[in-house]
Amino acid sequence: MSEDTRLKYGRAAEAIAIPLMAVLVSMVLFGGFVAAVGVDPIELYQLMYRGAFGTWFSWQNTLQRAAPLLLVALCTALPAQLGMVVIGAEGALVLGGLAAMAAGLPLAGAGAPVIVTQVVMAAAGMLAGGLWIGATGALRHRRGVSETISSLLMVYIAVAILNHMVEGPMRDPASLNKPSTPAIGEAYMIGDIPGMDVHWGFVLGVVFCIAAYVLMFHTTFGFAARMVGGNVRAGRAAGLPVGRLVVLVTMLGGAAAGLAGMIEVSAVHGRANATLAAGYGFTGILVAFLARQNPLAVIPVAILMGGIGASGGLLQRRLDLPDATVMVLQGILFVVLLASETLYGRLRLPVFSLKALLPTASGKA
Amino acid sequence: MEDAALGWWGVPLAVIAGAIRISTPFLFVSLGECLTEKSGRINLGLEGTLVMGAMGGYGTAYLTGSPWAGVLVAGFLGMVFGLLHATICALPKVNDIAVGIALMLLGTGLAFFLGKPFIQPTAPHLPAVDFGFWSDVPQIRSALQINVLFVIGALLAVAMLWGFRSTRAGLIVRMVGDSADAARAMGYAPDRVRMWSTMAGGFLAGVGGSFLSLYYPGSWNEGLSSGQGITAVALVIFARWNPLYCFYASLLFGGASALGPALQAVGVTQGYYLFNAAPYALTLLIMVLASSSRRKLAGAPGELSVTR
Repeated sequence: MSEDTRLKYGRAAEAIAIPLMAVLVSMVLFGGFVAAVGVDPIELYQLMYRGAFGTWFSWQNTLQRAAPLLLVALCTALPAQLGMVVIGAEGALVLGGLAAMAAGLPLAGAGAPVIVTQVVMAAAGMLAGGLWIGATGALRHRRGVSETISSLLMVYIAVAILNHMVEGPMRDPASLNKPSTPAIGEAYMIGDIPGMDVHWGFVLGVVFCIAAYVLMFHTTFGFAARMVGGNVRAGRAAGLPVGRLVVLVTMLGGAAAGLAGMIEVSAVHGRANATLAAGYGFTGILVAFLARQNPLAVIPVAILMGGIGASGGLLQRRLDLPDATVMVLQGILFVVLLASETLYGRLRLPVFSLKALLPTASGKA
Repeated sequence: MEDAALGWWGVPLAVIAGAIRISTPFLFVSLGECLTEKSGRINLGLEGTLVMGAMGGYGTAYLTGSPWAGVLVAGFLGMVFGLLHATICALPKVNDIAVGIALMLLGTGLAFFLGKPFIQPTAPHLPAVDFGFWSDVPQIRSALQINVLFVIGALLAVAMLWGFRSTRAGLIVRMVGDSADAARAMGYAPDRVRMWSTMAGGFLAGVGGSFLSLYYPGSWNEGLSSGQGITAVALVIFARWNPLYCFYASLLFGGASALGPALQAVGVTQGYYLFNAAPYALTLLIMVLASSSRRKLAGAPGELSVTR
């Protein structure tokens, strides 16, 4: 085996083995936690499996929940290629949903064709999300403001804007104790994939992840972005438009999250209200990190996280556990996963001698 | 109604009262984060620590009947989270910002999980000192009902300023934060200094959380903290890593948070939710104005990842 193929396989083996190990360690830790509060971990994991992937019904539920996660994770994964940590996808999702309603309601009211309305809504959602997160990229580049903190602060601002709009200017007078915008109407909603209880948003999410992967790993644009991510100074020296790349990539990420918001309002809720801020944006950060910021790996990880989320209801009913149980599992998983980052390039996998690969595999420290 | 007696004068008064009341958690988290960041590490997980402290403090106060035991337990819970953050970040190639986000999620999740039984019962509150005894106006009296923790926080800010400037420990923390290599050359272990700084920072954030549940708003529920912890982290940058400025900034943020409810009390209900966003918008605005892409922020620790 040549040194090159060894390197390739060694890295691939690592990229699969380390997250798997992290997942196993987290499962043991979480099992210990639930055992400490008096729940049988084996029974819990069996229930989780059943609630997530055990039946066709639960599979559909899982995919339904994975749909927004696919898109929202891109909001973290794409800027990460540039070395940025964006954690404000929730804000882009919320505003994307709101903008989609703002654009779609007048069209639906005027009786516009369904497909036109949906395309305009998607465009509005992507534009709103793109501008929102793109702003954090611009602030980072122009003023050196940390995109991590600015994007997170903007989540709270976005939620306030949503509340303001659904309580005031966009409120449907008929929505009494749960203020909402008017409903878009069944005819204008995104339907299900034929033969399934899963809406088209899932397909859209998968397509976006694949497109993002191709863009980042098989185009010059993506190569330039990743080069800047590796070393900004080298990127500048090579004449790359660093500022434009930063703004464009953050905009793309935000547009994906904005589209997730559009899908939530037009496939799930039918209207915009406070339930839009359901925490998908924050789970998306975890998905992106678990996928090691690779848009293609986002697909299976989002399905896994969607499954964990989908099983939450069953855990509540059967084991009488609080709804935060899923959050605890996610938190443990996230912490263990980040700690496992330290193993990359140091793990001695039995098949390959990684010692020879050390200098290259350690990458950017 | 009594509010009407003061009319519009009630607004600035309510803002001042709110500034004092609401600023305390901001103050404690930002002082804790200031210490952590001075040592060269950023802990975004303090939001989770705050929520955890609020839950643990409330639960302890309810079970033991002593609010001060609650404050102490909240602080220790915060210390445990600080230790966790420090231990994981000391591993090579681990990103401290990401670990912070993870701990934010874990802390919030654990607090919601373990805090379920404490949503209904009432725990004893922290006492307040009545500085408004000289006045007959009820609003002034209630505005000057100042909690002891606020006073402790204010004194702590001054003490920390002095500590960073003139004590050996303060100098070591600053040196580790500015250049780990220099500290290593002098024979100090940066990771150990950061561990103590992060633990102390976590302790303070936990105490800040206990104020939320034990004084104002004064009960435990899942909507208790809406980003105060993270706002406080941003606040440290705005305060240029100066503990005394952290104190002023916390007052400013407390005031901004009180503006919406104060205006609502005099009948201005338009844009109530937008006023809720005031502290976050203010933080963002100030960060934009205070930063520059060309030079480093004055006072920024050299090893800090958010300013590099």
